[in-house]
Formats: sequence, structure tokens, C-alpha cells
Amino acid sequence: MARIIVVTSGKGGVGKTTTSAAIAMGLAKKGHKTAVIDFDVGLRNLDLIMGCERRVVYDFVNVINGEASLSQALIRDKNCNLLYILPASQTRDKDALSLEGVGRVLDELSKDFKYIVCDSPAGIEKGANLALYFADDAFVVTNPEISSVRDSDRMLGILSSKSRRAENGEEPIKEYLLLTRYEPSRVKSGEMLGLDDVQEILSLHLLGIIPESKTVLTASNAGSPVILNDKSEAGQAYADVVARYLGEKRPHRFIDGKKGFFSKLFGRKS
Amino acid sequence: MSTDPQRKPYTPPVLEFKSSTFFVPVLILYNNDLPAIEQVLQEKIRQAPDFFKNSPLVFDVQALNKHNYDLDIVALIDFLRKLGLFPIGIRGGNEQQNKQARELFLTIDAIRDSASAETRKPVIDEPAHKPEPVEQTVESVAAPAPASPATTLITYPIRSGQRIYAAGDLVVLSQVSAGAEIMAEGNIHVYNTLRGRALAGVQGNKDARIFCFDLQAELISIAGDYKTSEDFDEDLRKKPVQIYLQDRALFIKDIAKT
Ligand SMILES: Nc1ncnc2c1ncn2[C@@H]1O[C@H](COP(=O)(O)OP(=O)(O)OP(=O)(O)O)[C@@H](O)[C@H]1O
Ligand SMILES: [Mg+2]
Repeated sequence: MARIIVVTSGKGGVGKTTTSAAIAMGLAKKGHKTAVIDFDVGLRNLDLIMGCERRVVYDFVNVINGEASLSQALIRDKNCNLLYILPASQTRDKDALSLEGVGRVLDELSKDFKYIVCDSPAGIEKGANLALYFADDAFVVTNPEISSVRDSDRMLGILSSKSRRAENGEEPIKEYLLLTRYEPSRVKSGEMLGLDDVQEILSLHLLGIIPESKTVLTASNAGSPVILNDKSEAGQAYADVVARYLGEKRPHRFIDGKKGFFSKLFGRKS
Repeated sequence: MSTDPQRKPYTPPVLEFKSSTFFVPVLILYNNDLPAIEQVLQEKIRQAPDFFKNSPLVFDVQALNKHNYDLDIVALIDFLRKLGLFPIGIRGGNEQQNKQARELFLTIDAIRDSASAETRKPVIDEPAHKPEPVEQTVESVAAPAPASPATTLITYPIRSGQRIYAAGDLVVLSQVSAGAEIMAEGNIHVYNTLRGRALAGVQGNKDARIFCFDLQAELISIAGDYKTSEDFDEDLRKKPVQIYLQDRALFIKDIAKT
């Protein structure tokens, strides 16, 4: 049985796809057969970040509709042969996904894979709800700013009430925090929330802090997940995240200036 | 050939009455200016579309009739329906209004605040489905809770967008996020940070109180009287407080100083 991880946030553009690509690659590099699925139907870009956009023939929707088999649609990664990508359809809308169809695909993947990473679209609508419904673990990607924190909090409410585990009264989804695009200098100057400010609201298990880094964009443009760049701080931070998720103890890095002076302002009306 | 052992015929009773408690918002009108009513309603619906969508509704024209403001209830019912509401009854109508209401299949004065609800169980409402009392335009038709309703204990964080309803007292050990809403017919205790909305005494119990460990709430309300965070004293923020109603005024007091 695979472990299903949803990478989610509520708010858009916070780094879900970047994170999905990085951790899927990280898990595969550690020897675990991993599939990463793009749930952002209509706005696919996981395949771009994974650098496999020119090899897309069939997609997630084709598999759900029975127009292609899973093995036809899965694309094997060019860097790591334990990693497979199931791209989203660019030409459909999110209504093309059904709960039953998604469940069927995940069931089939579960037989063969160790980890399944679901890259959620933004929002709290159908696409995002489908991406999280079957999850065992949730990586809640949050930027250090108040609207992102608020949306993550909203997402946590949905995770605890609208998932399969919640509906069946099973053990709840394990929720982890990934604080991304973190800039210690801007935390110090008070322009950005600090880790403590964020945790005061979310109080989640912290899986890692990903610093803001130009190498993320370079990596996306090159179609090579940033975790493969071990000179990049963001890449190292993602490697830590994967290691911690797999049970290793590693101290948190890239965290200087964790006490933003927003702490003091917090809770005040704005 | 089927060798089914002789099947018992299925003979359930033809029908059965059960007493249940529902929330029905009551729209109390103080003005007979239909365009103005429509505008205010539209705004309310915009703020809480999930709550109002397909919601049954009783409207109350007693205050209007007291002042001899006549209201065209046919037009009212018509635009309520257009707004996606289901008017099911009228209260305090005059003879002509009642006659018109009857013709439109509405109940007349059938739903009262004192409607009895004998067998009530404490309920935790799952978030985002159940109706909520919205400010003071909405009251409930259910009766006040009986003497000793159960206490509901919540140990997990209540996140933005979630909503908890307790028929008796509500005790929350975790934080209540901004954008979350907790409601109780009795008292509310939050032994943590309260950032969302807390409404105690939602069935009209004016003796209900709210106790919280760290006041950062967006709104607090007792029996329909409310204050928003804007109205809080600066020096009560982030303090352990109790909130109670006295002579129709809401008091927020630092627990350490009471
Ligand atoms: N740690 C980082 N440092 C710098 N830039 C980053 C970092 N993480 C993400 N970005 C940039 O932020 C943008 C959004 O990232 P990404 O596409 O991963 O977000 P998303 O949450 O998947 O967005 P959407 O909600 O649209 O799916 C991209 O341009 C990406 O390069
Ligand atoms: Mg994305």
C-alpha cells in the first residue's frame, strides 16, 4: 500500500508545485518508488517543472475516462527511474475529475508505488478537495505572510473534516508545515512573519523551512527539480524535508531571525 | 427455482411522527420599503451565501403592523424566492396579509419562539453545513435548552471555516482560529486562544457566559447581543476574560480583576 501525500495550501502561488516536484524526486532518490500527480487540471505545470512536458501523450483525465491505461500515461522521470509523473490535462477543466475516478487511479497506483504525491491546485474548491480526499499525509505549504497563513488554517479545517479519513472516522490525516520562500532578513526587518508568528496560528509539526532562493526559478526553467541542486539552499532544505519525513532527525536550518516583531502586533485588527 | 425460506412480509407502520428541532431564520421587518429590504438582504446573502441558499424563512411583520405600515407581502414573497430563500410562514400579519399568505401556502403564526422541543440531544454540527444565527436578524424557533444538557468537549483546533454547535455548554481546549465559529445554547469556555467568533446563549439564554483564556476574538455574542473586535477595550486584548450580559449590555471583564 502506498502512502498518499497531498501538497496543499489554499492560497495560490505559494510553492506547491515546486514542493511536489522536489519531494517526489527526493523520495525516489532515497530508493522509494514514487508517483507525482498533477491535480491542477487546465493549468498543468508540474510537467514543466519536472522537465517532461515534451513527452506528455496521455494525462490524468484520459486515465480516469478509460481512454488510456495508467502505464500509458505515466511518464518515467529522466533523472531517476523510480519516479513517475502523471500529468494534468491542459485542455479540460476541473470537472473532468470525479471522486470515483480519482479513487480508482489512486487504488491502482497504490499497488505498485510506495509514495504518491498529489500536487493540489490552489483554492478550496473541487480540484483541491479531490487532491486531499484520499490523503494519508498533508504537506501544508505556507508563505510567511498573513493571508497565506489564514488560507492554510482554512485548509487544515477542510483536511480534518472533508477527507476520506475524516468521513470514515479513521485516524486523521497527518498534517505537516512547510514554510516556504522564507527570508530571514525580511523577518528581522518586520516585513515578513517569523516562524513563531506562523506557528502561533497554525501550531503544526514543522517539516522544514525553505528559504527564498533564485535557484528555484532557475531549476524550474531548466525542468530539473531544485532538490537535485545540492549547492542551492532551497535544494538542501528540501532534502532535509524528505529526510525528516522519512524519520531522520535533522536540525532546522535557514531560520535566522525566527522571531519577527509581528509577534507583538499579532491579533490586532489591521 | 428459488428456495427462499418464507419471507416475512415487510410491514412497517404507515407513518410516524418525530419531534425534531430545526433552525429557521426569522426575518423581522421594521420597514416596509421593499427596495431597501431587498438591498439589505442581498448584502446579507452575499456575506453568507451558504447559510441563506435554499434556507426556509419565516418573516415577521408584527412591528410593521403595530405602526400601521402596510407591506405588500405578495411582492415580498416573490423577491424572497428570487433571492433563493424559501418563505414558509408569516408572523404578526394582518387579516389581508394572512389571507394572501394562505393563498401562497404559507403558515400563519404557526411557528413560535416557544415551540416545544422535548427530547433534545447535544449536537456537534459538522462545519459548513448547518445554519447559524446571523447577527440579530436571525432568531431561532427552537426552545431554550432543558435544565441539564450535556457539555460538549472539543480537544482539537477549530480552524478557519469550521463551525461548532453545542446544545448545552461548550468547552474547547484548543485554539479557535480566526474565521472559525463556535456556538452554544449554554456557556462557552475556551481554555486557549479565541480568535474566531463565539456565540453563547444562541437560543436566547441571557445568563450564558463566555470565558476565554486569551481574547483575540473577531466577534462575541450572548443571546444575540454582540460586539466585534473593534469594540473591545485595547487592554482586554489577549487577556483571560469573561463576557456576560447585564441589563442588555455586554460586559467583557478581565478574569483576574473580577
Ligand atoms: N523557495 C522559493 N524561492 C523562490 N521562488 C520560489 C520558491 N518557491 C516557489 N517559488 C516561485 O514561486 C512561484 C510559484 O511557485 P509554484 O508554482 O510552485 O506555486 P504553486 O503553489 O504550485 O502555485 P499554484 O497555486 O498556481 O499552483 C514560482 O515562480 C516559483 O518559482
Ligand atoms: Mg501549482
